[in-house]
Amino acid sequence: MVASPSPSSELSVTPVRTAAPHAVEILRFNTCGSVDDGKSTLIGRLLYDSKSLMEDQIEALERSADITGGGQINLANLTDGLRAEREQGITIDVAYRYFATPRRKFIIADTPGHIQYTRNMVTGASNANVSIVLVDARLGVIEQSRRHTAIASLLRIPHVIVAINKMDLVGWSEERYNEIRAQFEEFLPRLDLKDVKFIPLSALNGDNVVTPSVNTPWYPGPSLLGYLETVHIGSDWNLNGFRLPVQWVNRPNDPKDDKLHDFRGFSGQIAGGIVRVGQKVLALPAGLVTTVKEIHTLDGPLQEAFCPQSVTLVLEHDIDISRGSMIVDLDVPIGTGTDLYAKVCWMHARPLQRGKKYFLKHTSHTVQVVVSDIVHRLNIETLDPEVAPAALAMNDLGEIRLQLARPVYHDSYATNRLTGSFILIEQGTNATVAAGMFLIPTEYVKPESGDYAI
Amino acid sequence: MTSYHLDHLQHLETEAIHIMREVAGEFERPALLFSGGKDSICLLRLAEKAFRPSDLPTPLLNVDTGHHFPELNEFRDRRAKELNGKLIIRKVEDAIANGTVQPAPGEISRNRLQIPVLLAAIEEFRFDCCIGGARRDEEKARAKERFFSYRDSFGQWDPKNQRPEIWNLYNGRLNPGENMRVFPLSNWTEMDVWEYIRREKLEVPSIYFSHTRQCVRRSGQWLPVNTLVPPKPNEEVRDLVVRVRTIGDIISTGCVESPATTVDDIIAEIAAARVTERGSRADDKSSEAAMEDRKKAGYF
Repeated sequence: MVASPSPSSELSVTPVRTAAPHAVEILRFNTCGSVDDGKSTLIGRLLYDSKSLMEDQIEALERSADITGGGQINLANLTDGLRAEREQGITIDVAYRYFATPRRKFIIADTPGHIQYTRNMVTGASNANVSIVLVDARLGVIEQSRRHTAIASLLRIPHVIVAINKMDLVGWSEERYNEIRAQFEEFLPRLDLKDVKFIPLSALNGDNVVTPSVNTPWYPGPSLLGYLETVHIGSDWNLNGFRLPVQWVNRPNDPKDDKLHDFRGFSGQIAGGIVRVGQKVLALPAGLVTTVKEIHTLDGPLQEAFCPQSVTLVLEHDIDISRGSMIVDLDVPIGTGTDLYAKVCWMHARPLQRGKKYFLKHTSHTVQVVVSDIVHRLNIETLDPEVAPAALAMNDLGEIRLQLARPVYHDSYATNRLTGSFILIEQGTNATVAAGMFLIPTEYVKPESGDYAI
Repeated sequence: MTSYHLDHLQHLETEAIHIMREVAGEFERPALLFSGGKDSICLLRLAEKAFRPSDLPTPLLNVDTGHHFPELNEFRDRRAKELNGKLIIRKVEDAIANGTVQPAPGEISRNRLQIPVLLAAIEEFRFDCCIGGARRDEEKARAKERFFSYRDSFGQWDPKNQRPEIWNLYNGRLNPGENMRVFPLSNWTEMDVWEYIRREKLEVPSIYFSHTRQCVRRSGQWLPVNTLVPPKPNEEVRDLVVRVRTIGDIISTGCVESPATTVDDIIAEIAAARVTERGSRADDKSSEAAMEDRKKAGYF
């Protein structure tokens, strides 16, 4: 189902707060920028101007304005939920906010600008359909802008908006806007971004946030909210190549219902493609081919299911399948191997070193790995790779080589975000130390003709 | 032509089922916190979606503050029985009686006292994970929560040092004594919860619907008249047609005047609401950081 049609320009002109009590799409976006670029203010403005704020939230803002702000409402206080954040006037951790218009529901991840919290930007951006990179119009492109754009590219965020904020402080200069746009366009060709839009705005005053601004007659595009409501996100999931990472084996103990005595289902969230009853599938690591007998859900059996639905598959043959196994189709081969290359964002204060052991969690599967090599580290200033660095430090982006204790069945991250991504966990402390993305597989699983289960 | 497309509720549902199954796969002794409130009713439904036809792999745990609405406890017990779930109840009253928690002089609220009772239950049953129905849209400290929220051996939350959560990969690894709080409804809003209740035709306790109740005006809210904090002579008492929007303890849960008798009515009411759900909870109003402080101490 989609939202009922409404005149296309209506919302941007007269925002109405509505919780959209009908089926609509969810769009996830994150905001990133440097300290004081006005991220939290922008979100506050979006919520405020789209009438998504409630009276008690506005009252709380006014209360804190009287106490600490000299009477000026600080929209950043809406998202800065921790005491330390309010004290320091900065965002420390990812804050999630929710709002809805008649067109869409939105999940915002407000991610910090301080360099030591870059890992939180990766957290907030990893599931985003759209990334908003904020730039202070007075400062133009700085290292953080480059870093945030590079991360959006690395994570393959489908859409990026460069929000050139504080335009009021540069006299709404079209020339300054074009200068900053040119600064971006200088390095964008070296990144993997498909869709980048530029919007001049003032979060503080609300220009081009929800409603188009009278101060930018030279800018013909939509307001920020106008864009977020209409950008096409339908194809952000991979429907080519069925993959089901098994999370849990569903085997009722001592069922009272005789029909359930032999029930053995494999539960998981489909991480790619479509599966149908009667389809031949390959169970890994067993390497055996079988047929899908039933797609079980609490709401009744399905004839077919697709990514990202959560289902339970019942198979024709009794094969050794457990948590961490992967059920895939025969038409789109999946990568395998124990010697793999990946891009990583390092997220921990203890740097990555060659030869160190970690746990690698990929889909529902955890294996031990050794980082056998650090191939390169990305120089954020030049966006060039520096070959064979000694280590990767916190917030570094780079490419590594991994030796795995067991093969993982994977796709390249560029093909499938869910089967191409992993995290590294430090042994002992259990800290999540890296976000990783597999490169194109060098070896694929080939089902042999003799491998049919009997 | 089939459309391979999920609407927002199906999307939130599959995300939550995935998280439920990750819990079942990664933890030895998980528990599901079930109060009988609307959020935990959704949570229980999602557990059914994740694990049927098997039995639920987690017992249901509730900390009874002794100040619950009787309608809520009745519903909690009945629903647990219907689902053939194992219900574990630990009472603040018992903890006071045997001296493991001590109310401060004049402390009536059970807000603080329920925390050590929850932590003691976790220790007693050696739970390594508690699934809770908290949502990020409820409150701004909650907006900072992860799906998998790591707690040290004192049950404390360290908001400045949370594990990064990337894609749908959750790090559930723990050392002995530590535990995890998991919040599958993190991305749900109040509206999503009611729309899901409508779609799934879930029963909810009667106090969510309009009824006549004697209320007392206290700090800008209508609170249910109760024996724990009886009305003072100067306080205004009235019989009102009300419902509760969020259920906490009976001494701190504000009633809202409402004619809503069906889930549809409630959805229409929320769509037009001008205050947040937590606006009717006195326990959150004590200071701007009230929730943050309780969470750091081990609240869920």
